[in-house]
Amino acid sequence: MRGVATWVGRHPVLCFFVVFAIFPWVVPYTSLATQVLIYGLFALGFNLLYGYTGLLSFGSAAYWGLGAYGTGIALAKLKVGSLWVALGLGLGAALVGGAVFGFFCLRRRGIYFAMLTLAFAQLLYFVGFHLAEWTGGDDGLRGITVPPLTFPGLSIPLGRSVAFYYFALVVVGLAVAALKRILDSPFGAVLQAIRENADRATACGYDISRVKHLSFVFSALFAGLAGGLDALRLTVVPIESLHWSTSGQVVIMTLLGGAGTFFGPFVGAAAYLVLEDSISFLTESWPLVIGAVFIVFVLFLPRGIWGTLTAGLRGR
Amino acid sequence: MPDVSLAALAAQIFTGLVLGMIFVLLAIGLSLIFGLMTVVNFSHGALYMLGAYVGFTLLRFTGSFAAALVLAPLLVGTLGLLVERFLIRRLYGRGPDDPLLLTFGLSLVVVETARLIWGKIGLTLDPPRALGGAVNLGFTYFPTYRLFVIAVTALVLVGLWLFLEKTNVGLVIRAGSRDPLMVRALGFDVGRIWFLVFGIGSGLAGLAGILAGPMRGAYAEMGVTIIIESFVVVVVGGMGSLLGAVVSGLVIGQIVSLTTFFAPKLAEIVVFITMAIVLLVRPSGLFGEAGLAE
Repeated sequence: MRGVATWVGRHPVLCFFVVFAIFPWVVPYTSLATQVLIYGLFALGFNLLYGYTGLLSFGSAAYWGLGAYGTGIALAKLKVGSLWVALGLGLGAALVGGAVFGFFCLRRRGIYFAMLTLAFAQLLYFVGFHLAEWTGGDDGLRGITVPPLTFPGLSIPLGRSVAFYYFALVVVGLAVAALKRILDSPFGAVLQAIRENADRATACGYDISRVKHLSFVFSALFAGLAGGLDALRLTVVPIESLHWSTSGQVVIMTLLGGAGTFFGPFVGAAAYLVLEDSISFLTESWPLVIGAVFIVFVLFLPRGIWGTLTAGLRGR
Repeated sequence: MPDVSLAALAAQIFTGLVLGMIFVLLAIGLSLIFGLMTVVNFSHGALYMLGAYVGFTLLRFTGSFAAALVLAPLLVGTLGLLVERFLIRRLYGRGPDDPLLLTFGLSLVVVETARLIWGKIGLTLDPPRALGGAVNLGFTYFPTYRLFVIAVTALVLVGLWLFLEKTNVGLVIRAGSRDPLMVRALGFDVGRIWFLVFGIGSGLAGLAGILAGPMRGAYAEMGVTIIIESFVVVVVGGMGSLLGAVVSGLVIGQIVSLTTFFAPKLAEIVVFITMAIVLLVRPSGLFGEAGLAE
């Protein structure tokens, strides 16, 4: 077992592709698997900021929403014909949002940072609500048609849920590889140094406010890509994309799975969504259940599912 | 631009004062708890909501608004004591993110439980007959109940100030927010002070809820928006500063109220724009000390 754990730790991207290639065949239906992929990517971005850099954001919905609306508006309002351009516009929106809000939020540290991210996301929610000509306001943005996936000499329609799943798998897999690359770089080492001891990282000569801002922007990009994919999956963008509860959702997912662990976000997203899917049959009070589960995790399992499992396997 | 009569403007300023008072009650509880324990209580908004709902039930059973006004904050405060004793206390020494996460989970549980008990549809609370109607202020008529809210809040604030400044317990609380280690070294049980302060803060949230009930009704989501705005009030005032919470609460109440009057579409956004400007000009807040609990 320990040998397997070590191997998984060394080849995370390969493991990701193997597990998620068969994943849709083990869950009840494909769209649930797609949701796990997309929310897992969202949680991956949150985890970069919280798990690896030590910055707790309660405003991830802003970048998820910017990605979703960016992609959605490109397809529904600007009538962009290319999937890549649409996703790119969503990413661009998340990039600008992350750069601007990150600048403001990072003016304060610690607990203030959490409150500021929440406040700026709420600002964006109200803006989205009132800019109804562009966002559809309360009704959500409708009329998104997903263009086929085009390569030179090849065009694949994404209408079937299995086709869309494997498209999402490739996009999310590339993002996972990018995250692995970021974490293995010297920049990634500085992020973790900031989490462990910001003052010491400063003393070592690192410009930590720049590094934190970069981490914030990267995190926003992951969230924006996930939001853009979700706009394609749903073909609508509900106003709830920008709602604080979306930010809360990604916080819960990441902590359930294990903050600061590589696969924690995906494990957490799967646990959350599968649990929600099965509990919704029994009761309408899903928030009550997940809230209580979350409290138990914060109190007794702060490492989350994946963190606890891997620590157990390593004999710690 | 609407037709601006001086009387309408004055009434709007009074409305802003009422809103500001609610902000102050919430922000002072948040700030008190934070200043002492470096705990940000995310469930503060849920406690505010409970204040309104519990007040509604008390009003129905006792038929007395006065009883509801006194008992609802006490009950919510007691709940706060239980939360501190059985949940938050386990997290001391783990860093400030964990209590925030825990109280976030708690707020989900409380809001959903309130939905189960009181239903999904909002309820209306009637102010007592003696406080119905309007008072002639000379330049305009203003709802009596709202004047009552201003008076009650002002009284509670003066009482809180006297408690913190003039009593021994208050002295220990103030000392504890400066230097908990030294207070402990002097032989005081800091844990008991935290317990008490969490209860007081929760009770103030409950009071804000029952006071707001007759103006805004009671509904499960009522705490969410206002808690985010109260966070802003605390950030603008300077975290941990009680004077800052009062001044910034009143100022933001006016800003919101006047924006509602002149440019209603911007009313929800203006709070956050104010915050962004304060962050640029004075990152530690109007009355905040730089570096506190960072």
